[in-house]
Amino acid sequence: MMDILLPILILGGIGLLFGIGLAIASKIFEIEQDERIPQVRAALPGANCGGCGYPGCDGLASAIVAGSALVTACPVASSDMVEAISGIMGVTASETEKMIANIHCKGDCTIVEDRATYYGIHDCKEAVIANGGTKACRYGCLGMGTCVRACQFDALTINVNGLAEVDVDKCTACGQCIDACPKGIISLAPYGQVIHVDCSSNAKGKQVRSVCSVGCIACRACVRACEYDAIEMVDNLAVIDYDKCVQCGACVEKCPTKAITFEGREIPEEHKRKTDLEKPIAVDLSELEEKAPVSK
Amino acid sequence: MKNILIILVSGVFVQNFITSRFLGICPFLGVSKKIETAMGMGVAVTFVMALASAITYVIQYAVLNPMGLAYLQTIAFILVIATLVQFVEMVIHKSSPGLYEALGVYLPLITTNCAVLGVAVLNIQEGYNFIETLFNGVAGALGFTLAIVMFAGIREQLEISDIPESLQGFPIALVSAGLMSVAFLGFSGML
Repeated sequence: MMDILLPILILGGIGLLFGIGLAIASKIFEIEQDERIPQVRAALPGANCGGCGYPGCDGLASAIVAGSALVTACPVASSDMVEAISGIMGVTASETEKMIANIHCKGDCTIVEDRATYYGIHDCKEAVIANGGTKACRYGCLGMGTCVRACQFDALTINVNGLAEVDVDKCTACGQCIDACPKGIISLAPYGQVIHVDCSSNAKGKQVRSVCSVGCIACRACVRACEYDAIEMVDNLAVIDYDKCVQCGACVEKCPTKAITFEGREIPEEHKRKTDLEKPIAVDLSELEEKAPVSK
Repeated sequence: MKNILIILVSGVFVQNFITSRFLGICPFLGVSKKIETAMGMGVAVTFVMALASAITYVIQYAVLNPMGLAYLQTIAFILVIATLVQFVEMVIHKSSPGLYEALGVYLPLITTNCAVLGVAVLNIQEGYNFIETLFNGVAGALGFTLAIVMFAGIREQLEISDIPESLQGFPIALVSAGLMSVAFLGFSGML
């Protein structure tokens, strides 16, 4: 009996002694911290997975309270958890716009030809080393799936025509694919944004035309068509300012090569973009939706 | 006196915890990106190791041995170390929030730093007396600090060097750590 009791008592005693010591020390070395930090910490999953890029859930909790991280920064948290955190922080989650990755190229293998045959390692980064890849367009998606392998959330696939595609529901906007893509054709766009310039070519119009029928030829038709000043020509490429764009669809109509895409996908109410419409919408979106080739 | 000198030199150079015993590698790789944080980690570990050596010695010889409970050594020592780490965490958080930030998760992880438990267990195994135990703890911790600060210096230089992409980050760090360890091997003939 004593054989068991004695160790328990001794260890328990030592533990108790240390516990009391620590309790006293915690009073002496008490630090005033934002009371929301422990609250946010409690609302987080507590897996300490580091998926958010901060050192554990404690680190993220501090960052959220300090305002340097979004309430939605935890990739693991369920929508209930996010809601709880937003409740503590006094913001509504929808105020932080959900972002997704967008691939700015739609020149797949049925549209853009190969300049050569590549026998190397099946990876975009490797292929780029060999004279910029095999695609006739030097700016386009090589379709060897470097971004797919970079994605930890299974949100990217290479479609049958050799073009990377984003699963908008799985994408968490972590940015791994953006870093991985050697062509730099992936960027983040708001979830509710359905109009994109799906071309990354900085080549002159004539060169683009010679290799791709759906590339941006820098004709400026969209710039003229946009009543909201949301499109700019940067290095022979139309760039949409998502903050100004109201998704009226005028540019999609005018684009002669259809490099500006309208994605015919449903946007849930909470992700609808806040657009301050002063001018009427130029084009009926539902009409566009019918015309939209295939939803991406 | 000669005894203590030997313990000091052996702890810092010859039997260095990191380069020759390979204990405490986790913080060694984790907090060695900047000399400043490495120094802070070294100080924290020194404090924990010195106090842990003293307290575990007392517990071993005043509590566990007389009761015939020497088999409780590991769990009792871990208890001591965990308490000390909690204490150090509070002190650092209070006195130097910047350092607390920089050390991050590696500060509570001193608890599981095997160098700390290692030094406590080795003190008992080697049969050191109390003074020798203290010096062994301090020497081990100084050796740890020396290694981590030197390594941080190397890594700061690596940061601005042109390194092949496949070796960037941890690979080159591990290669450098290995080379540093080999360099420390040169001390092995001293004692």
